[in-house]
Amino acid sequence: MATKQSHRLARWMMAPSVFVLLIWMIVPLALTIWFAFQRYRLTNPNIKGFAGFANFEFFVTDPAFWPAIINTLLIVVGVLVITVGLGILLALMLDQPIWGQGIVRILMISPFFVMPPVAAVVWKHELMNPTWGVFAAVSRFFGQEPVNWLGNYPLLSIIVIVAWQWLPFATLILLTAMQSLSEEQKEAAEMDGANVFRRFWYIILPHLARAITVVILIQTIYLLGVYAEIQITTGGGPGFASTNLPFLIYNTGVLGGNIGAGAAGGLVAVVLANIVAIFLMRAVGRNLDA
Amino acid sequence: MARAVSTRRKLTMTILVWLVALIVFFPILYTIITSLKTEGEAAAGFSMIPSFTFESYAAVLDQQDYLRPFFNSVVISIGSTIVALLIAVPAAWAMAFTPTPKTRDVLMWMLSTKMMPAAGVLVPMYLIFLNTGLLDTLLGLSIILTLVNLPIVVWMLYTYFKEIPVDILEAARMDGATLGKELVYVLLPMAVPGIASTLLLNVILAWNEAFWTLRLSTDDAAPLTAFIASFSSPQGQFLAKLSAASVLAILPILLLGWFSQKQLVRGLTFGAVK
Amino acid sequence: MGSITLEHVNKTFGGHPVIPDVSLEIEDGEFVVFVGPSGCGKSTLLRLIAGLEDTTSGAIKLDGVDVTDKGPAHRGLAMVFQSYALYPHMTVRQNIAFPLKMANIDKAIAEQKVADAARVLNLTDYLDRKPRALSGGQRQRVAIGRAIVRQPKAFLFDEPLSNLDAALRVNMRIEITELHQQLKTTMVYVTHDQVEAMTMANRIVVLNAGRVEQFGTPLELYKSPANRFVAGFIGSPKMNFLEGAAAGKYQAEAIGVRPEHVRISRDAGEWQGKVGVAEHLGSDTFLHVHVDGVGLQTVRTGGENDYHPGEQVWLSPEPGRIYRFDRAGQALR
Repeated sequence: MATKQSHRLARWMMAPSVFVLLIWMIVPLALTIWFAFQRYRLTNPNIKGFAGFANFEFFVTDPAFWPAIINTLLIVVGVLVITVGLGILLALMLDQPIWGQGIVRILMISPFFVMPPVAAVVWKHELMNPTWGVFAAVSRFFGQEPVNWLGNYPLLSIIVIVAWQWLPFATLILLTAMQSLSEEQKEAAEMDGANVFRRFWYIILPHLARAITVVILIQTIYLLGVYAEIQITTGGGPGFASTNLPFLIYNTGVLGGNIGAGAAGGLVAVVLANIVAIFLMRAVGRNLDA
Repeated sequence: MARAVSTRRKLTMTILVWLVALIVFFPILYTIITSLKTEGEAAAGFSMIPSFTFESYAAVLDQQDYLRPFFNSVVISIGSTIVALLIAVPAAWAMAFTPTPKTRDVLMWMLSTKMMPAAGVLVPMYLIFLNTGLLDTLLGLSIILTLVNLPIVVWMLYTYFKEIPVDILEAARMDGATLGKELVYVLLPMAVPGIASTLLLNVILAWNEAFWTLRLSTDDAAPLTAFIASFSSPQGQFLAKLSAASVLAILPILLLGWFSQKQLVRGLTFGAVK
Repeated sequence: MGSITLEHVNKTFGGHPVIPDVSLEIEDGEFVVFVGPSGCGKSTLLRLIAGLEDTTSGAIKLDGVDVTDKGPAHRGLAMVFQSYALYPHMTVRQNIAFPLKMANIDKAIAEQKVADAARVLNLTDYLDRKPRALSGGQRQRVAIGRAIVRQPKAFLFDEPLSNLDAALRVNMRIEITELHQQLKTTMVYVTHDQVEAMTMANRIVVLNAGRVEQFGTPLELYKSPANRFVAGFIGSPKMNFLEGAAAGKYQAEAIGVRPEHVRISRDAGEWQGKVGVAEHLGSDTFLHVHVDGVGLQTVRTGGENDYHPGEQVWLSPEPGRIYRFDRAGQALR
């Protein structure tokens, strides 16, 4: 492909990015590991020294720990199911000939550009508020008692909010993939006598496999770190009903001032992310090769 | 080519799709409507018809506490994007045009740094920022956003650069172009659209980033994400003003996104979906 | 001046020798075609001459000067790519002028040269268009124009016609040959199409698995192929090969007879067989005959004949037109 000289140059050109990311990967992680084994309180400098596994014990035995792990995974899985499922449905609809396709696309993608705090306050105060919210108005219109969404179904509400933000992304990527399916292939399937459902199952869905893996990979990266939506809408409550791992770590480490335990929690999050990552990269890595 | 579709079917689909699109867009639409109400109207409950007053916008813009976070958001999102591009363009270029068997591994490794949960390293980053005086500074936030988005920027640029045929660069070499001339006359002009889309997407991602910006800023450097987050609990008559502030916070990005949505969707898939 | 000399050139990609050892002398002003099946290393060899690839060992000389370690920009060669490789953001005028700009040629002179090239190539009306607004043949001409303005020592063509449709390919073939006759500059041309090789070349290099199988004029290759590979590659339809008893009769491991050198008869001949498919081209008819105990043989006959599928026929080779090969595939003379 190229000459020796250009390979040498290429290494120099990659050096800054690799160097910066290497530092970014190693330094915070090394410090996290170090702190995880130290007694370290922000509020009390007298507490110090090697802590052994005490921080991990503290973090793991926190009554919020298991709920946080489960909630973290529920948010990832819940949002993925909603966005991929609805995304396929919406992409199929948008792939049909309609009037005003351009405007529809713009309307559909808009939630993706809304910053998480705005999404959170809008859903909390204007849609889900049991007194003056839109959902309450709808309930009353049907003669039902308004539901206190964030109070009674906090995790579900958060999943819905986050899914709303990511639905456009999934829809448009799936739509792009769907539009690259050749008309001839669809027609060939029709000639072969496949009905609408079989065409979807045997032709369209396999064609979307790559797009779906991309959607899953990218969303998972972000969904593992959902934070602002929780802080703003429920504050992790009631109880621990909507506390996820990032939220718990911040509460323990920074707000609670227990740096050691926070760092231990951070390591738990790293391990969890790595389990998910290994699983994902195996499945998706092949598909990503451009 | 597409087959003839009956007008009736097209009409039905149009109505159905528009309905769904409006439902998806509704939260934004309703926020815009509420922002045009008086506080009294806003508190009165559901209504789609505002009195079209701009008093909430005036009230929000009048307060220093809005303009400052807005300015902060502009500085950190554009600043971090430019720095990320400066670092990423050479790397993406090298990987796209002189690929080695390891190129794919390097790219996957870069992306894997994004799998590191922010919460996992929050504690040491918080302490590093605290001790170096970077906490609650625009410089600190710009650094963090650069690091967080760098892998995405490299990936996007890589996929765009890869679409430039190697033949053309070789043709330039055969035509007597030295490396510098090849860069200025051939590569950059062809790469500009890709770099522009990457820039746009990264500004959007940085503008909307709401973990590090919330956690590593308190007051002076707080961007719009932090400003809006401070509305998490009701404060008296506030709904219309909250809506106005929200609209102001998302409007620049919304417009930017609308203009560039096609390239953005493509860019975000790292070229894996055409 | 533009003689090209390759001395024991070797190219290895990741441990795999693509070009094991090639030595060639291309004389100034020659039109040399590298031909061979895909993956035979012909494009790699061209790119080594261009300087787009480093040689692993061996030397490349231009006009007797060793350029092995010089970059492509400093060899003074021009190349036309299969994909044309036009600069999409530049107009036709800017594309053609690009090499002159790189060489810091005075603007007025450059403009004159571009205008001359455009006139020769019938591109004058398209000078202000972008490449995407041109047809395939026009793009090809722009690529050639870009190559000729700088008056290179030699032109390198990498399968330049394979993206064109059949009719256009024939036209461009003639245009390039004419261009060579006008310019009298050395041209090295890579193709997998033996018809292009036969019609355009002064001399042909037949490559197979990175080795030079034979280097000679088109008629030399046709009349006295050095081995079975060259014999089978040059000529259309392909040469018929017979092995076993049919070949033993001629004291050879295998014999070859070109379809145009096989006589067909209803009454008598050397081999008996049954007509399979008949391809009528108008001027010629190719009969595919299943010969008992030997296999399918192709016969070229006159355009109008009445042999029909299933008919029993006799075939016999023209005397003196039989090529004999030994066990290693080398020609026996």
